[in-house]
Amino acid sequence: MSDKITIEIDGRTCEAAPGEMIITVADREGISIPRFCYHEKLSIAANCRMCLVEAEQGGRPFPKPVPACATPVGDGMKVQTRSRKALDAQRGTMEFLLINHPLDCPICDQGGECELQDVSMGYGEDVSRFTERKRVVKDEDLGPLIATEMTRCIHCTRCVRFGAEIAGVRELGATGRGEDMRIGTFVAHTVAHELSGNIIDLCPVGALTSKPYRFTARAWELTAEPSIAPHDAVGSNIQLHVRNGRVMRVHPRDNEAINETWISDRDRFSYEGLNAASRLTAPMIKGDSGWAETDWQSVLHWVADGLQRVVADSGADQLGWLMAPGSTLEELYLGQKLLRGLGGRNIDSRLRQQDFSGDAADPALPWLGLPIADLEQQRAVLLIGSDIRQEQPLLAHRLRKAALAGAMVGLVNPYRVELTHPSRQLPAAPGRLAAELAAIAKAAGAGGRSSLKGLIATADSGDVHAEIAAALKQAGADGNGLVLLGALAEASPDFGLLKALAYQIADATGCRIGFLPPAANSTGAAFAGALPHRLPGARAVDVPGLDALAQLTEPRKAYVLWGIDPAHDLIDPARAVAALAGADLVVACTAFRTPSLEAVADVLLPISAFAETSGTFVNAAGDWQRFQGAVAPPGDARPGWKLLRVLGNMLELTGFEYASARDIHDALAAQCADRAPDNTPRAEYPVGTTAEAADGTLMRVGNVPIYAVDALVRAAPALQRTPLSAPLHLQLHPADAEALGLQDGDQVEVAQGPARACMPVHVSDDLARGGGRIPAAVPGSGQLGAQIGPIRVAKVSGENDQ
Amino acid sequence: MSFRNAPLAVIHDVDKDTLFTPEIRAEIDRHVAKYPPEWKQSAVMPALTLVQDHNGGWLSRELMDQVAAYLDMPEVSVYEVATFYGMYDLEPVGRHKVCVCNSISCMLGGSEELMQHIEHKYNVAPGETTADGKFTFKEFECLGACRHAPAVMVDKTYHECVTPESFDKLIKKLD
Ligand code: SF4
Ligand code: FES
Repeated sequence: MSDKITIEIDGRTCEAAPGEMIITVADREGISIPRFCYHEKLSIAANCRMCLVEAEQGGRPFPKPVPACATPVGDGMKVQTRSRKALDAQRGTMEFLLINHPLDCPICDQGGECELQDVSMGYGEDVSRFTERKRVVKDEDLGPLIATEMTRCIHCTRCVRFGAEIAGVRELGATGRGEDMRIGTFVAHTVAHELSGNIIDLCPVGALTSKPYRFTARAWELTAEPSIAPHDAVGSNIQLHVRNGRVMRVHPRDNEAINETWISDRDRFSYEGLNAASRLTAPMIKGDSGWAETDWQSVLHWVADGLQRVVADSGADQLGWLMAPGSTLEELYLGQKLLRGLGGRNIDSRLRQQDFSGDAADPALPWLGLPIADLEQQRAVLLIGSDIRQEQPLLAHRLRKAALAGAMVGLVNPYRVELTHPSRQLPAAPGRLAAELAAIAKAAGAGGRSSLKGLIATADSGDVHAEIAAALKQAGADGNGLVLLGALAEASPDFGLLKALAYQIADATGCRIGFLPPAANSTGAAFAGALPHRLPGARAVDVPGLDALAQLTEPRKAYVLWGIDPAHDLIDPARAVAALAGADLVVACTAFRTPSLEAVADVLLPISAFAETSGTFVNAAGDWQRFQGAVAPPGDARPGWKLLRVLGNMLELTGFEYASARDIHDALAAQCADRAPDNTPRAEYPVGTTAEAADGTLMRVGNVPIYAVDALVRAAPALQRTPLSAPLHLQLHPADAEALGLQDGDQVEVAQGPARACMPVHVSDDLARGGGRIPAAVPGSGQLGAQIGPIRVAKVSGENDQ
Repeated sequence: MSFRNAPLAVIHDVDKDTLFTPEIRAEIDRHVAKYPPEWKQSAVMPALTLVQDHNGGWLSRELMDQVAAYLDMPEVSVYEVATFYGMYDLEPVGRHKVCVCNSISCMLGGSEELMQHIEHKYNVAPGETTADGKFTFKEFECLGACRHAPAVMVDKTYHECVTPESFDKLIKKLD
């Protein structure tokens, strides 16, 4: 493949690799050949015939025009893309394609950005010779995200190939034949995949369009603003399509190193939340007669006075400060600067962590451990505590590519994760995850430090452990093995121990270690110093402050909440709400009004949401990506960095004279110039005992479902209607259900300490024995306690039992 | 990464030993054995034929799903095959299937008149079953018997140079 050959396209000499298709070479050279079915990320189908060109090889012309997408180049080949013969063939194809395609572009949502429309402008005739009836195809309901108008389909099969090759779920197909061929699911069910929205972009015509967007705007009315997706640590490059100060839809921008040409449905459809009725549009203050709107000037004075009073009366240590890890780098930096300027220390953005015993050992700037694109090249990956498709859809896609190329993907999780590629899964109850890891470590021949030695030596290694260990070792020796820790590991009460074991396995197998940061800017929070034990630039703090959980278990007198809904964004909502309710002052800076904020806060300050402010996100791979605000925040809401700047000035703190978000970015960047992410631990992890469930209790597994991850997503209606958004329920292993005398569909009351909630039971053997899976951050889960922790389950007698 | 080079396998959550009958399974296995193990989906056509023959000549969605499960295929891939080929019927059929070729030679040789004759005489349109359930009338793509057009296939037997009169005799002989 390495030898280069020379071919000629339209008289231009081009270099090509043997085996490349004509269209690939032409694309590289900027010579446009019309096409519908060809897509560089999909397999070649060569079924539309739009790309026909004239070619000759060794002086002998091919007898017929050839499809450029499916004809490999040969040395000395001469290609004519616009000769008489080529154009005739292309015109002929176009005429046939238009036979059954409606010619009603003005009422089609794709009008103005339709590949068929564009190409027919170039190759179509102005009058149709076809006078027979056109065929009509019944539409299918593919769910709340994708609208169909299948009469417009030109059978390019891009959507079918996307499902099979990229998503790994073959839900769409081409049934029937000839005139009767149809693209659909045949049985009409919702396409349920976290990347499904990409088929909207792939469809060259108006057959598949965005259900929330369609018929709300025309392509030519929109301006495209580049931005960065805010819901996971991938930092997908996106385009916001804006009209009249409103985000109308979101499209991907190509970036091979990050998101290739895809985005997740979460990043595509969450913009709907920007216009939710629950947006906070004016500063509000709680008085004797309830919530009242107020103006910025007086509310900020009130807040500044309140904070100063707490500091003066009780000391700055009585300030608790919690910031969402999806905040911008600028907000995180100014937030910590403000608190530290007041003399406070208690700041954290690791809101879904409960075991902080590893803080002293943690690497200063934990990250993915490798560039995102390199995930595909791994030969063995061990995922610890991660439902990766839900957490980081596009990283899951990269791992899938690795798996299809033959990599071993092993998972140690509290439940069997649904994947679309081969994997080795070891589901184990939360308290048993450490034992599973120890068994892998043992099989890999890890000795372990004194404290881990016992655990590893007594571990019970089976075949699967040995298989995973062997694959990791082999890949480790070749430099392409990886051990990854995800969100379920982070939420575990044994996080420190899991990290200690993960490092042991990585050491013993020669694999790299990586962290899957939970949010868009978790990595950035470490750079910005929005952690109790880190200053900006991830420099160490002399005396660490209280971590996110300690701020609630040791209640403070005053709190500032940044972008947080206590019932949904903290690891232990019941405890959080209690601590916040008992505080003298709670200042909530938020883009959304929520019942739990209204219950505990004293003031609500409206800040901009994603797309409404400029800022920076640092993704899992440590890439700093800046973006501009594309639309103005609603009503009186203000970009967060401006609020913090004004508050800093009112409090007469120094260093709050920034003129723009760019200035803040530059100030922080200067402090981080010599800092790069690095996963080397700074000390040995202390090893405690594992959190096993006591008799009679189960361990709750509180995973955060894909469309519950932050306030914006939770406010996006179409995403909430997808099958991936399940309501509150308790999932049990069949054996546990039987022991409790429970059946599928029974109503139970779940008790977590003093917290209680009722929900139905789902029985499933995906779950490990001893676990009880109750999603977090969904409606109703706010009454419960820690995402991972002991629960008691009791049947609620329903009417059926009487 | 194309699903042409490596078919997308889907492991279904069913016990394969509960599907069909042991005889049908053995017969499908015989076809599966002809292909490389990762290409067992290649046996989908004989599998569908077998299952259809044991089900009174038609395939229900449940049966297609079972074939998908048995061959570790996505269901929709089976639907694609079953809807593409004319010899699979997806709705209950009559006691016999009468397939009249509509392709060029037969058309020139008189299949259009033949079809009109059938429609009027037996009061049945292509794709329908006669009221007495005797036969399902199907308009078929090329039967490959062009030299003796028009051709008609009754169940699994070819009849060539069929005229309306000879057709009526054929039908009379059916039970
Ligand atoms: S629906 Fe669109 S993408 Fe799918 S085959 Fe039809 S035209 Fe192509
Ligand atoms: S693009 Fe070549 S045949 Fe469709």
